[in-house]
This record gives sequence, C-alpha cells and structure tokens, in this order.
Amino acid sequence: MTHINQSILSWILLVPILGAIVVAILPDRGKLAAWLALATTLITFGLTLHLPAHFIPGQPGFQFEINTRWIELGTTGQGIFYHVGVDGLSLWLVVLSGLLGPVGVLASWNAIRERKKVFYSLFLVQQTAMFGVFVALDLMLYYGFWELTLVPMAVLIAMYGRKDGPKAATKFFLFTFIPSAPLLVAILWLYAKTGTFNFTELQSLITAGALPAGALFWVALAFLAAFAVKVPVFPLHGWLADSFSEAPVALAMVIAGKLGLYSMLRFHVGLFPAQAKQIAPLLIVLTVIGILYGACLALVQRDFWKLIAFASVSHFSLITLGIYGLTFTGRDGAIFQTINEGVIEGALFVLLGVLDTRYATSQIASYGGVAARLPRTASFFVITILAMAGLPLMNGFVGEFLILSGTFTGVSRSWAVVATLTIILGAAYILYLVQRLFYGPESPMAATQPAKDLHIGEWVAVAPLAVLMLVMGVAPNLWLRDFQQVAGPPQHPVKYVEMLQPGSNSVSHPAEAR
Amino acid sequence: MNAQDSLRILPEIVLTLTGVLVMLIDASLPAGVLRRPLGWVAAIGTTVALWASLWQLNLGTTTGFFNTVETSPFTVFFHVLICGIILVVLLLSMDTLPEHSHHQGEYYALMVFGAVGMCLLTSAVELLVVFIALEISSISTYILAGYRKQTGQGPEAAIKYFLLGSFATAFLLYGIAMVFGATGSTQIYEIARLAPSAQNHAFIVMALIMMLIGMLFKVSAAPFHVWTPDAYEGAPSPVVALLSTAPKVAVFAVLLRVTYEMLPTLRPLWSPLLWAVAIASMTIGNLAALRQQNVKRMLAYSSIAHAGYLLAAFAGAGNTGIAAAAFYTAAYSAMNVGVFAVVTLAAGYEEQLPLISDFRGLLYRRPLLGILLIFFLISLIGIPFTSGFFGKFYAFSAAVGGGAIWLAIVGLLNSGIAAAYYLRLAFSAAQRPEDVDRGLKIALPQAGVAVIAALAFTTAATLSLGIVPNEVLRAAQTAAHTLQPPPADSQTPEINPQPQPHP
Repeated sequence: MTHINQSILSWILLVPILGAIVVAILPDRGKLAAWLALATTLITFGLTLHLPAHFIPGQPGFQFEINTRWIELGTTGQGIFYHVGVDGLSLWLVVLSGLLGPVGVLASWNAIRERKKVFYSLFLVQQTAMFGVFVALDLMLYYGFWELTLVPMAVLIAMYGRKDGPKAATKFFLFTFIPSAPLLVAILWLYAKTGTFNFTELQSLITAGALPAGALFWVALAFLAAFAVKVPVFPLHGWLADSFSEAPVALAMVIAGKLGLYSMLRFHVGLFPAQAKQIAPLLIVLTVIGILYGACLALVQRDFWKLIAFASVSHFSLITLGIYGLTFTGRDGAIFQTINEGVIEGALFVLLGVLDTRYATSQIASYGGVAARLPRTASFFVITILAMAGLPLMNGFVGEFLILSGTFTGVSRSWAVVATLTIILGAAYILYLVQRLFYGPESPMAATQPAKDLHIGEWVAVAPLAVLMLVMGVAPNLWLRDFQQVAGPPQHPVKYVEMLQPGSNSVSHPAEAR
Repeated sequence: MNAQDSLRILPEIVLTLTGVLVMLIDASLPAGVLRRPLGWVAAIGTTVALWASLWQLNLGTTTGFFNTVETSPFTVFFHVLICGIILVVLLLSMDTLPEHSHHQGEYYALMVFGAVGMCLLTSAVELLVVFIALEISSISTYILAGYRKQTGQGPEAAIKYFLLGSFATAFLLYGIAMVFGATGSTQIYEIARLAPSAQNHAFIVMALIMMLIGMLFKVSAAPFHVWTPDAYEGAPSPVVALLSTAPKVAVFAVLLRVTYEMLPTLRPLWSPLLWAVAIASMTIGNLAALRQQNVKRMLAYSSIAHAGYLLAAFAGAGNTGIAAAAFYTAAYSAMNVGVFAVVTLAAGYEEQLPLISDFRGLLYRRPLLGILLIFFLISLIGIPFTSGFFGKFYAFSAAVGGGAIWLAIVGLLNSGIAAAYYLRLAFSAAQRPEDVDRGLKIALPQAGVAVIAALAFTTAATLSLGIVPNEVLRAAQTAAHTLQPPPADSQTPEINPQPQPHP
C-alpha cells in the first residue's frame, strides 16, 4: 500500500492528461470523446477517493508527499521541485475536484455538440491543472498549475460562448493573468533571497524572521492580490458575471471560488501570517461590503447566470471573511464552506444548464411555471437552493454558522451582525428566483416549447450532489475532523488564539457546530 | 593556418559547400524542372552542419585563424540553434513556396549562405570578422525579404530593411574603428585586456555606444525598431520566421560577447543603457501591437517586445544573465518559428488572409492548425509548461537576482498587456466561424511531409523547453561559463568554469 501512497498524487495528475491525449488522438466520432472523458474522470475520481481512505487525521505536515527535483537551477541542488502533497486543507478539495469531473462531463453530454474532441481534451487538461493547484507545494510548480488553469477555461469560453465568447474570455484571462505578474515577481524575490521555492522551508524561514518585514509586506500583498481576483473579493469581481454567462456549464462550476480561497489559506495566511494579520481589517471591511453588495445586486438581476454570479460574490466574500477573521472556527467554516460551495454550485450549474439548453434563454422573465413540465429539475433545484440559503441540516448551514460565529466571537460583533444579513438577503434572492423560474403562472414560452425533463446522465450527475448536501449537513464532522491538523496555523508566531476573546471556546472549536 | 583551424569553422565550411552545390545544381537544371528537391539538399547540408557543430564540442575552447575565430560551448550552443532554425525554415518553405515560383533554387541557397554568416558571427572573436559575418548574413536576408516582388509591399520591405540595416552596420563599423583607435586592436580578448587601462577614454565609451546602437538595430529593440513591422509585413511568411529569429540570435550572441567579454569593466555604462532599452522595447512593442489588425505586423511588434524581455536578462548579477539570455534566444526561436509556420499554413504564401479577423473559425475549419496556433500564442504569452514561460522565468529571475525588481515588474506587467493582443488572435481562431465556407474558397498550401516535420519540430521544442529544459539549461550555463576573456596568452586558453553563484 505504501508504494501506492507514494505515487497516488502523480497518478491523479497524470490520468486526466493521458485521457486528454487519447481523446485528442482518436477521431471525433459520435459520443466517443464524451465516453472517454467520462471514463477518465471516473478513474480519476476513484483515485482521489484513495486519499481520504488512507489519510491519517491529526498527523501534522503533509501526506502522500512526493519531492524530486524537476528543473535544475545552478549546480548546488537548487531548482524547481516536483513537490506535491496533501493535508487536511487540500484533501477534500482534491476529492471535490475529482467528483466534479464526471459531473462536468455528464452536464456537457448534450450541451456540447460541436468540436467535442477539443472540448473534452481541454476539459481534462483543466482537471489536471486544478488538481495541480491543490497539491503543489513548490511555489513555481504551484504557479505553473495556477496559470495553466486559465488556458483551457479561456479557450473554451471563447469557443462556446453564448453571445460574445472572445470578449468574456479575454476579460477573464486578463483579470487573472495581470495580477499574477506581481505574484511571479514576488516568488522570484523570495527565491533570490532564500534560494528555495519549497513551501515548508519558506514557511519556516519567514516564521523565523529571516526576511525583512518591510519587503515581505509587499510580497504578501502581491500574493493576496492575485488570489483576491480569482475568488473574487469585492472590488475585483468585474470578470465574474460575463464568465458565468458565457462559459460552458462544466467549466463555469469551477471557474471561481475554491482555487482562490484555497490559495489564500495556504499561500497567504499560511505563508505570511504576520502580514495577513496586518491586512485582515481591510479585507474584513471589503468582504462585508462584498457580501451585501453581491446579495443586493443578485436581487435585481434579470439573467439567471448573472444572478448566480452576484450570489457567488456574496457567498465567496463570506468565506473570505471566515479566512481573515483569523479564528479557528472561522477557518474551519471557510474550508468547509468552500467545499460546500463546490457541491452546491456544481448542482446549481447543471440544473441551470438544463434550463438554458432546453429553452435557449437565460432571461428569468421568459420562464414561469416550468415545474409542471420539468418536475425532477424543479425538485433538485429546490433542494440545492435550500442548501445554498443555509437551511439547518443542509451543508450550507454548517459552514455559514461556523464562519459567522467565528466572526461574532473572534472579530467583532457588529461586523458579524451585518454579515448575517446575507442569510436574509440570500434567502430572498434565491427563493425569488425559484418562484419566478419554476412556479407561478405558466409563461408563454414554457407552454409552447416542449422540453424534456432531466435525462439519465443529468440525473446521475445531480443526485449524488444532492445526497452530499444532506450528508454534509447532518454529519459535518466527517470532514471537520480532517481540518484540525491543517499545517500552519498552530505553529505560527501569530497565534490564532490571540485574536480570540479570552474565555471563548477556541480549544473545542468544531464542537460549536455539533 | 593549419588543418586544425579548418575544423574550427567546420559548420561554416559545410554550409558554404551546401550553398554552392545548391546554386550549381540550380544553374545546371533545365528550366521547367521543379526546384523543390533542392530544398532537401539544403536541409541535409544544414543537418550535417548541425552535427558538425555538436562535434566541435570535442575541440574544447580554442581559437584559430590567428585568434579570429573561437570554438567553445558558447559558439556550439548558438551554432546548433541557428542551424536548427534554418533547417525548420527550409522544411517550412519547401511545402509553402508556390511550385513553379521564381528562383526557388536561389531561395534555398540564400538561406544557407545567410546561415554561414550567422554562424560565423557567433564564433568570431575579432571585430572585423564580426563585421564581415554580419554583412554575409545581412545581404542574404535583404534579398530574401524582397522575395514577393510582385506585390507592392515586397520591394518596400526589402528596401527599408536594406537601408536601415546598412545604416546600422555603419554604426557598428564606426564603433569598431573607434575601439581600434583607443586600444590599437580589433581582437576581442586583446581589447578586454587593454580596455581597463583606457577605461575612461572617450573613444571607448563612444565606441561602445555606437556598437550597441548597431546591434540593437539588428535585434529590433526600441527605439531602433521602426523597420521591423514594414519588413515583416512585406516579406514572405517563411522568411519572416527566419528574419525574426536566426539573425537576432546571432546578433544577441555578439552583444553578449561585446558586453560581457569585451567590455565587462564598462558595465556601469552599458547596464543602465540596456535597462532603458529593455523597458522601451517591451512597452513600445506591446502597446503598438495592441492596435494592429494585420497578423504579421502584430507579430512584428511582439518580436520587438520579446527583444526587450531578453535584454532584461542583462540586468542579472555577475554572469547569470548570460545563461538566461542564451536560453531565452532558444525558447523564443522555438515558439516564434512555430507561430510563423502556422501563419504561413493558415494564410498561404500569397497571404490571402492577412487580418486577425480573417483567422476567425480556424479552429473549426482546420482543428489541428487552430490548436497549434493557440498553443504557440499561449507560449508567446508565457503560460507555464511552454518554452515562453520558462524563458521569461529565467530572464526575470536573473533580473530579480541582480536587484532589478522594477525591471521584472514592468516586464511581467508588459506580458499582461501582451496577452491581450495574442488572445485576440487566439480567440478569433477559437470562435465559431460566421460562414464556414469563406476560408475554403482560396487555395491554401497543403501540409506535406516537410511542413509537418517543421511543425512537429517546433512544437516539440516549445513543449520540451517548457517541461524538461534541464539539458538546454545546462548547455546555456556551460556556454555562459566559457564567455570570459581567457588569460592574456590566448594561444593556450583554458576553460574557466567557475560555477556561477545563482540568484
């Protein structure tokens, strides 16, 4: 078993790429590319399940680690290393990405009709890039995968855009690519000063105060800016709405959120705790603005893709608040909620994609009373939005509760109260959406255009996600226990505990959720 | 002179013989016979020259012909690169030149003769030989640039390239004369030995500036870049694949010699100059490229920007910049030849599809070509796992190591701007075509064995330099170590492989 443990991450990275090559070589005939992509993503998902099965909760440091030199720079053993590993933070994100692979393929089954070969091979490249971001522990390797995630996404948005693909794709690409220029300079500066790209080594060097604090502030800021755009945090969200409305469903569900949120936790808060503490007040303000701003704009959107985009701004801002509250509870909530959003958005995008492919419009006003025609779609949709709105016993509730209680006890009561408004607003815009789409009097469009309910592929894609929403809501500890030993925070000079009010129950932190 | 000496210019000899052979066969063939096989003759000759340069590694670092020509890992690195570029361009031309086109034989011969000049340029350690080699390479490329003489732009390109190019060479010659005036020598090692004693001699400073101007003209760095877009627009695409890479590679090799080897003591002078030129090239190149509608003009401005990225490596501490610059030339050549190969195939020799908007739907019409176009553009943007990224990484990592953080920030922000115009072309190709038939009405070159080989070669090079660059990196580092003035007695020079402290 040990040799599998030592190579499992390489296989997870390699299998999608191999699948992409096979898809690219074989002829574009019938559903061949789709079947191959489905097989590849299922195998990859199976491989990712190996991780939680053999993960040892509570063991500090990284597991399933691989560390060999990839590119030599100089003769003294320096260079870029192929260094990968997972800990409690990345473990479930890898599994989530694995799960969303087959979901994405099934969601594209009927939606993608042209150039299937190009679509599925790029989709598989995207899978590898996502896994790479979550497991890379060498800064250059990480940066490589981080940038690589842009390419398949942008090309596919340009190819399959609903209205003006190239414009949305360019916007998406530049918004992420330009902030990563300072990120690269920051990484190169760290390398010039320390001679290593290794995450753990850098972490201990920075903790030991080996680098000048003044310069580190700017370095940390460069890291943060690149991640904040990707989340996106409030003033940097300009690309999201266009990308959501243009991107193919399978990619839209992974376009925002988890990559940026994970990177913040690992490479900003994890690598520069002191600098993160310095900048946290600003981020708390921005995220609270983002929470309200996103929710308010979501209320008035006429296009459901745009509505979901602004809803996401609101939700991701809440998670960012959890991260920068710098409390244990908030951090656990943030990680948990990141996974939740992956599951919820996955289902949401599949279902909205169903509507969009059936009726070829995303204008909410054209819909109405669709539930009578598409009953299964409607019921799955209702389950999903209840989870999203944070109904108790659903997964969204646990994450939001942890974040908000962490903020309430650890940061500031007033901010927490303001942020809690998101629960009300969130329920408002999302229930209003359901009411306009599925219920009420039947619209002329729904009456005249015959549409088929979920086909088997779509049903298979959504059902496990819906089950997960319930399971994660009822038994969150299956996940939360793995977060406790997330490498980093406990060993930091800035003790998370410092931020907490004395006497708060920080030690038994997940207990609050139980 | 002895037999040993001839071995030191073996690749040049092989190339010259090949060129003469091609010309002779061309002259003796009756009119009407296809000249295409001559391309294979030239390609085989270039391949032999490539192996010959690799073989030269056995000679170690030595000079010949009265200390005018050097053989070292440095020269071998650039020889192999130049021969590789010429080989790919020859393969590309064979399938894309119109079958009964004018003077195909001469075309191949000129390419090979150009290669002689470029190779000699990288191995010359005597300024007059540098000048002669530069002329050999330039004259061939001037003629090649004007090969589409039936169009209006062809002659314009050639004339502009010729006039401004000669002007640049004159600057270089002027600089050489001044160096001679100041030190009494034109041998690079001699000058390196004598220059420190004449450090503040006005002639030396003037000479350096003149020579830099001459060379920066040739590599089309701003503000000496004005000829580039017109020349590239008018010249045939396969020739542009050559023009934008091989002569620049050769001149960059000379630039490295002149700065690091000949006048290292004047570093406080040339370093800021090259800084300024680097920033100007990147910024002007990228901003101008943003506004272009014509694909080749856009790529011309992009090559100006890339010259700027490369010059950023010169800010590296100690000699770290040399390896980075050498690696960048290889990385850049691979992707730039590749992108021009795709443009040639997609738009045809006669260029019926010159505009960016004409490329719309390429991915739908010709999927493989579309993917390759996007791939090379992604590499030009500098996305990881391609040669473009690693070249940039290495160049800017040298710059940051040398303390030039602002240069790196400006450079990388510039690559953000660059992404905007590269993506315009890439996404235009990815977009669903409005009318599928439009592009098919004109006759486009069909992919033959040669052109497939050319595409495979550039793709493999672009990918492998991004994923497994260790071999080439090591070669570049070895090359960098040999680029130091040998001890005073240059008859028995020694390799001086002091491991360089890396940033």
